[in-house]
Amino acid sequence: MATADIGQSIASRRGEILQEWGGHLRDAGTLNSGRIKQSELDTQTREFLDLVIKTFSGPATDVESHQRTLRQNIGEISRSRAIQGFTPTETATFIFSLKQPLFDALNRDYAKDPAALARALWAVTELLDGLGLYSMEVFQKSREEVIIRQQKEIAELSTPVVKLWDGILALPLIGTLDSERTQVVMENLLQSIVEHAADYAIIDITGVPTVDTLVAQHLLKTVAAARLMGADCIISGIRPQIAQTMVHLGVELNVVSKATLADALAAALRATGRTVQAMRTPSATANGLLAPKA
Amino acid sequence: MDRIPILKMGRALLITIQVDMHDQMAIALEEDLTAKIAQTGAKGVLIDISSLEVVDSFIGRMLDNIAAVSRVLDAETVVVGMRPAVAITLVELGLTLQGVKTALNVERGFELISRRLQDTGAEDGGAGE
Amino acid sequence: MPIQSSDDIVRVRQEVRKRAAEQGLGIVDQTKFVTAASEIARNTLDYGGGGSVHLEVVTDGLRKGLRLIFEDQGPGIPNIELALTDGYTTGSGLGLGLSGSRRLCNEFAIESEPGKGTKVTIARWK
Repeated sequence: MATADIGQSIASRRGEILQEWGGHLRDAGTLNSGRIKQSELDTQTREFLDLVIKTFSGPATDVESHQRTLRQNIGEISRSRAIQGFTPTETATFIFSLKQPLFDALNRDYAKDPAALARALWAVTELLDGLGLYSMEVFQKSREEVIIRQQKEIAELSTPVVKLWDGILALPLIGTLDSERTQVVMENLLQSIVEHAADYAIIDITGVPTVDTLVAQHLLKTVAAARLMGADCIISGIRPQIAQTMVHLGVELNVVSKATLADALAAALRATGRTVQAMRTPSATANGLLAPKA
Repeated sequence: MDRIPILKMGRALLITIQVDMHDQMAIALEEDLTAKIAQTGAKGVLIDISSLEVVDSFIGRMLDNIAAVSRVLDAETVVVGMRPAVAITLVELGLTLQGVKTALNVERGFELISRRLQDTGAEDGGAGE
Repeated sequence: MPIQSSDDIVRVRQEVRKRAAEQGLGIVDQTKFVTAASEIARNTLDYGGGGSVHLEVVTDGLRKGLRLIFEDQGPGIPNIELALTDGYTTGSGLGLGLSGSRRLCNEFAIESEPGKGTKVTIARWK
């Protein structure tokens, strides 16, 4: 019994299969969320089934290329499901709900030949299971892509570089730092140094609960890079626990560090030849600056 | 073969590297610069690398060499305008450019050199410029 | 691409930069990879007596990347482990180039035997 027979069997009941399949998918709730429309789903099922038919009906030499096309097709469908926020089960259901209609079709054609029926069912199962697994892999990878992209966006949004004074920038870091986020943040800082022609960049880690060796290394690399560019960094807000951890981990911080952002600002101002002075008549000026106009 | 132009600005020499240099250009630059320092008595050398997208260990060595030779000839070298991507790469590569001073741009680099000139001028007891 | 002269090294840098940008690598990743390529190309020329580099776009399904294979028929590297330690140099500057380049790439592999030339493969993914 050639696979071509399987192909013919499926092809001859194409319409019924598509209807049954579509019904299963609707029952499973694929259309409920509105993320995909009936017409789109119909196109997807039609294209997929036709590719399956081609795989079974074509000459043996074409089987590999047809299977590749099938994988590509299901890969694209899984990817779009992942990005649109479907669950893994909803995505896998696309393939697995095709089994029943196909089995029904083969059952009717091979009813009189149990051995051939078994072979046919197995061939179809093998193909669909393999594609099902592949679709899950693609789904997984696509989800990871989405997460990575979102992480990047969060990193860029939550750590703006602030100008404290002419030539003095501050980067207040908040939350836990992972390797990826730290790199993005540091690149932004260096770019800001160029744009503002800053002499000093104060990296404040008051809001960072833990610093592991990897993050410490990134910090130090950033300081080194800033120095190479002609600017200097000051690290402020190192909590006592972090200081202890770093010493125990053997991390040497060869950069100026100050307890608070205020100290760091004072140091940077001094280094750039500026001081802050009290004014002679504070009350008059304070009224002018802070009180509302009468 | 193109040679990189060297501009005289007061007591300093300014070199702007705008092309992806190949080895002979780098060697020629070192030679031309050494000659010009001696010829003009320049006290400072500004190398503008703001157009350089890549600095590998060869270029790094060239910058180190220029700084070392200049120092012997009593001139200070300042490399300016290093791009963030280049700085990050050099740190990862392990190239520290220890003997080279750096500044963010030509203006700052010039300030650095002027400050040094003022200092040495004071040491000479006002005999220098 | 051939690596027979210092002009070739410049050409390799420009080509790698172009391809890396096409694969969507960010500017920092591009710079790191082009610098690594420059280091190894220089080794191929200075230490390996000249050779060639083969560039290929690679993909593992969803990620895209760039792979470079440098080959030369030079004297080969007698002790690869030693050559890969930071600060090692044979005077021809072989040192920093290799160990530093490894840090700049996602993938780094080197095959070499004395008298049989050297093959260095590096890759960077998006």
